[in-house]
Amino acid sequence: MSILVVMEQLAVAGAPAWNRMSWETLAAGQQLARELQQPVSAAVLGSGIGDLAAELASQKLEHVYAVEHELLKDYTPDTYTAAVRQLVEHTQAGIVIFPHTYQVRDFLPKLATALGRVAVSDVIAHRVEDGKLVLVRQLFQGKLNVDVRFAGNPPYFASLQAGAYRADQLEGGSATVESFVPQLTAPRTKPLDMFREAQRAVDLTAAEIIVSVGRGIKEADNIPIVQKLADALGAELAASRPICDAGWLPMERQVGSSGQTVAPKMYLAVGISGAIQHLVGMKGSKTIVAINKDSNAPIFEVADYGIVGDLFQVVPALVEEIRKVKQ
Amino acid sequence: MKIIVCIKQVPARDSQLRVAPSGTWIQDADLTYEINEPDAYALEEGLQLKEKHGGEVVVLCAGPAHAAQTVREALAKGADRAIHIEEDNLGSFDPLSAARLLAAALAAEKPDLVLTGLQSDDLGYGQTGVILAELLGLPHATIIMQVEKQDGSIRVKRELEDGWFQHVEMPLPALLTIQSGINKLRYATLMGIKKAKSKEIRKMSAADLGVSPEGATIQLSRVYLPGRSKQTQLFEGPPKEVAAKLVEKLRFEVRVI
Repeated sequence: MSILVVMEQLAVAGAPAWNRMSWETLAAGQQLARELQQPVSAAVLGSGIGDLAAELASQKLEHVYAVEHELLKDYTPDTYTAAVRQLVEHTQAGIVIFPHTYQVRDFLPKLATALGRVAVSDVIAHRVEDGKLVLVRQLFQGKLNVDVRFAGNPPYFASLQAGAYRADQLEGGSATVESFVPQLTAPRTKPLDMFREAQRAVDLTAAEIIVSVGRGIKEADNIPIVQKLADALGAELAASRPICDAGWLPMERQVGSSGQTVAPKMYLAVGISGAIQHLVGMKGSKTIVAINKDSNAPIFEVADYGIVGDLFQVVPALVEEIRKVKQ
Repeated sequence: MKIIVCIKQVPARDSQLRVAPSGTWIQDADLTYEINEPDAYALEEGLQLKEKHGGEVVVLCAGPAHAAQTVREALAKGADRAIHIEEDNLGSFDPLSAARLLAAALAAEKPDLVLTGLQSDDLGYGQTGVILAELLGLPHATIIMQVEKQDGSIRVKRELEDGWFQHVEMPLPALLTIQSGINKLRYATLMGIKKAKSKEIRKMSAADLGVSPEGATIQLSRVYLPGRSKQTQLFEGPPKEVAAKLVEKLRFEVRVI
């Protein structure tokens, strides 16, 4: 049951470039290959991707498939589904893995459905039991984990969460590049311009200390409570998505998969439960501190220090203590 | 424009979850429920499109008897009618068979636009909408932050990673999965709640629709509390006391003060 890793490239501004999550997925593919004693290959889709395929060939892989077509230049769910489907049928791959990107979320369920399968999305870990693959994913926004097994015949599809596997564990080698030209027809959806909206006046990535606020703050009028904490620490104020959605803080202060990715010296999360979309934006922080009333909140899984308590009592007390020692 | 909005009822956001003795799901006897948050935004988007362009909003919900509460709330907010696929054993349906239920219920509806939330807050597969599009043979786009109707087509704003967006155009009928924050949610008015009482809720069962959970290609074998990846120093107690303890750590271990 061979393994196929579908890499992702995106030409956001100019030439095709890797989505770096792809390398983590490739490392996972190599690890699976060792554990299941199966060959692993990788594929890249697009138009004008020769350089990317050549770069991929320096990894320890059986084959590199350069899936090349003019209609793959811009991503559409129709063309990418058809191309990967044909490649899976051509290679007879048993396990097909993807990085859990926004693009993969857009077409992987369609691909799996077309083949009568269900993809296991957003996998955070795996193990092999009696030669069978067991995948771990999260439920209830990270409050619980679940073990998932495949039933029925391969191919099996899965997408892997950002940060779940480590790209620095890649094994180098030399693979042959095989060109694969899929049969494609014009897609129904028409991709237009890509753009960024908010002028990023605030560069959270440059901040040494970030105080970040989530739903626990309850209403806009309470934002000054955490602003005072940020001021006391000399920190930038950031927020999880719902706070910016509600307009309580500007979008440019959003940390998470759709906002900024930060790795400050200290990240202090106030009233943030820690849904995965937020965690991927901050789990690289050197030290993580969390204040939350729910001791089971997933934020505590990544925190170095935590206070279980009511933020409306804890934060003012914290501000007072910080001012005391700073005097 | 005939708009179908698929909604799901999930345990309330701040629920204390406990794993059931069977180890394969949660104890759901004492939970309170609410509409899945992204679905609330999908419903709002459907209502706003109807207000702008005319037509009808039909909510479609698969869930046990208590999901009727969420269906009624959607009608109170302004949906015209509802289809409730009443099924107690929805946990045994994988995303593909759950989408088959929805597709079968939609077969006679011939919608112009189908909206779903981008993912559910309970299972979180983020797949049902896209699977449904494939089953219905519709073009789709996911994680949508804006919908503009044009003549026979729509132009949408799709969210990408890291602050990027992309416009995408597609013909109708189509399916969109809606991102939280696309619009501002409305509250049901007293008049809306009153009107909802006389709106149609068609009930059907999985058996009526000829869909069974058999042949699932993935199985959930065990549900459990995640382990901590870090050694967390956790402080509990009077606010002043825990604040002092944390500040000491921030001074002498983290060295940020």
